[in-house]
Amino acid sequence: MKNKKWFGLLFFAMFALLLAGCNFNSSEKSDDGTKKSGDEKDGEVAQVLNLSAPADVPTLDSTKAHDAIAFNVLNNVNEGLYRQDESNKSVPALAEKHEMNDDKTVHTFTIRDTTWSNGDPVTAADFEYAWKRVMKENGAYNYMIATAGVKNAEAIMNGEMDAEELGIKATGDNTLEVTLESPNPLFKTLLSFATFLPQNQKFVEEMGDQYALEAENILANGPFKLVSWTQEQGWEMEKNEDYWDTDNVKLEKVNVFVVKDPSSGANLYETGKIDRVKLTSALVDQYKDDKEFENVKDSGIVFLRFNHNNPVLKNVNVRKAINMAIDRNGLTDVILKDGSTPLYGVVAESFYFSPDDKDYRELNGDFNKGTPEEAQEYWEKALAELGQKEVEVSINIADSDEMKKVAEYLQAQLEDNLPGFKLEIKAVPFAQRLEIEKAVEYDLSLSTWGPDYSDPMTYLDMWVKGSSANRMDYHNPKLDALVVAARGETDLEKRYEMLLDIEKILLEEDAAVAPLYQRGSAVLLNEKVKGLVIHPSGADMSYKWAYIEE
Amino acid sequence: MKRYIVKRLGFMVITLFIIVTLTFFLMQLLPGTPFTNPEKLSDSQLQILNAKYGLDQPAAIQYFRYIGNLLQGDLGYSFQYEGRTVKSMIIDRVGPSAFIGLQALIFGTIIGLVLGIVSALKHNTILDYGAVTLAVLGMSIPSFVFAALLQYYIGVKLEWLPVALWESYESTLLPSIALSVTVIATVARFIRSEMLEVLGQDYVTTARSKGLGEAAVIIKHVVRNALIPVVTMLGPLAVSIMTGTLVIEKIFSVPGLGEQFTLSILVLDYSVIMGITLFYSALFIFVVFLVDIIYGFLDPRIEYKEGGQV
Repeated sequence: MKNKKWFGLLFFAMFALLLAGCNFNSSEKSDDGTKKSGDEKDGEVAQVLNLSAPADVPTLDSTKAHDAIAFNVLNNVNEGLYRQDESNKSVPALAEKHEMNDDKTVHTFTIRDTTWSNGDPVTAADFEYAWKRVMKENGAYNYMIATAGVKNAEAIMNGEMDAEELGIKATGDNTLEVTLESPNPLFKTLLSFATFLPQNQKFVEEMGDQYALEAENILANGPFKLVSWTQEQGWEMEKNEDYWDTDNVKLEKVNVFVVKDPSSGANLYETGKIDRVKLTSALVDQYKDDKEFENVKDSGIVFLRFNHNNPVLKNVNVRKAINMAIDRNGLTDVILKDGSTPLYGVVAESFYFSPDDKDYRELNGDFNKGTPEEAQEYWEKALAELGQKEVEVSINIADSDEMKKVAEYLQAQLEDNLPGFKLEIKAVPFAQRLEIEKAVEYDLSLSTWGPDYSDPMTYLDMWVKGSSANRMDYHNPKLDALVVAARGETDLEKRYEMLLDIEKILLEEDAAVAPLYQRGSAVLLNEKVKGLVIHPSGADMSYKWAYIEE
Repeated sequence: MKRYIVKRLGFMVITLFIIVTLTFFLMQLLPGTPFTNPEKLSDSQLQILNAKYGLDQPAAIQYFRYIGNLLQGDLGYSFQYEGRTVKSMIIDRVGPSAFIGLQALIFGTIIGLVLGIVSALKHNTILDYGAVTLAVLGMSIPSFVFAALLQYYIGVKLEWLPVALWESYESTLLPSIALSVTVIATVARFIRSEMLEVLGQDYVTTARSKGLGEAAVIIKHVVRNALIPVVTMLGPLAVSIMTGTLVIEKIFSVPGLGEQFTLSILVLDYSVIMGITLFYSALFIFVVFLVDIIYGFLDPRIEYKEGGQV
């Protein structure tokens, strides 16, 4: 009998211990945490924004960060020389002044008088330290520094030079000098990317291998500061009163909860726990008439790669026929229904603008948009040239639900519209799809691409010969020459013309790929939330200008 | 008894070793790299990274290195969550998983027992049929369907309990209830048939003829004896709960280990896959072992002989 009591007690103690080990999110305990946006506090609307993220932050170390979730946090708690503004333009932020020499290869920045959240001033040396650290640590996005054209970055990446030789130098407390290999019109745009953020050397070294793993182990110098971060549960930000532009920041608090299941996200939205949720296509029908429902364009694109070594696909008329035989509207409106939109180019719509503010897509228009009849004309011509009556090719796809749906649609469209065309679907895991693509061992491949920075070039220079993202042995010397010329062209008008021409060569002349759709999100957004800015690349959100309307 | 336990422990270590070895080499067959943004990595970058993490070495060398580290208690660093050790990741996440699992086991056993006992005592009545139907439903509806229904009706419509997230004790209730459905069904069905069998035994008749009250007969003689075989069910039930948590944790945003496991396989986070596999296998083997030992205590007919044969 005595034994039994003991057992009971032990069991109870164990259970209590486990409950203590559960790490409940502390936000519940503080009053603010549970505030729904727009709740009134002393007659004023609480400036609290509640959001969700599909996963935890892998790392907040800006030199190693590699995903949109981390970029989002960094973009809102830190600030670099430049920042993306409300219309996705890269504008000076910590850089008070930005001067350059005549040939635009030496850039001198004067840095604003601001402090880190521990009180230390943000200095030019912090930038030098952080950029060199990216190269030293082989950060996932170190190639961005090479893309920006910073002197010696390429050589350091290839292990030919030491990271210390990177072309960046703090010439004073507040003056930073960056040397480029050659003039680079993209430089400014890239500076708003997380990889270019400063870091406080003393703090980073003090934290050692614990740096950026907890909310206390990272310093803020941006619009918000991170006040808590619980693994797999979420994080909280508060307005940073020491931020130089803090008068323009209206939100007091931002809570982000990790919600991995989309339908749970919708349920949390229903109960007012979160203010914005992305819907999967299964949920779209249920909400599409809701007044808070909206379709938001994303910058990612989905397209078909052709293997340019394939005897059939080598023929430009075959590629044009395939391009024209696919009804994109049916694909996005009937099959996907997730906010995706038809795409007839490789540069996404509504994110990239010419110097006189015209959308890239509007300027270049649609390529290879045709009717099944037009497709058949090209098809007959192609078959005659090939001397074949039938063509059988396979398509390499990742085995996700989305890709399978798309592939089946393509199969039906192509086989219906092109007599004698047979398409075999080969679904493999994502990583395998990529390896097959890199080895160019496919006929057609259903591919995706997302931009690295806010400029059309991020969709265009991948098609030069030998680029690691070409992956289809496509080569047109004219395109290669134009990319090289555009990289060095500092006259922005001329450069933009070149960017437009590159796409024309790729699609109008060569029909080298078949663009299918631009990704989109079907979103529910609390109507009280205003000014939340969505970006095409890097961090996908800025909270700086957001506020809750009364 | 002591010798038996030592021997079992020895076998447990060998089993774990085999699991680690198999997982390690099977993992090598998966395509891809553990590095993030593989779409953008160039070949030369990939080579530099592989060299940095020793992934350019032959699989055999990597294997011995892993085992060497493992023997020193070092599970390595995660690739996905750069800078975090696998050990700290497991420690941080195991609490919530264990809690909802254990709570589900307790809810399930208690409710299952009540249902089972009632339906056995009211054999062939409406009550019995009702309980049996419930049990069959519980067995056949997957826990994630049940979870989605609970979330919608209890969380969104009635607003009795939190929809998801992990904020207070209330947050643990819906996931535990969703997980306990299988347990309820299994325990209820099992206890019902055991009770029916025990009720017909001679010693029950004897107890009754001694003039013992009906309640005493049921509690002291029937339920107690019917309980013994239920203990054997707890092992497999614990396992079904462990696998059930993989989905339940995702639905209710529980910061547990299960969801991490699936994710690590998808992104090929080598060290995390190994670490969690090892942890789950060790737990499973230990639970089975524990059930065997407890069974021996409860049923004196079972003897652990010198040879270690049960």
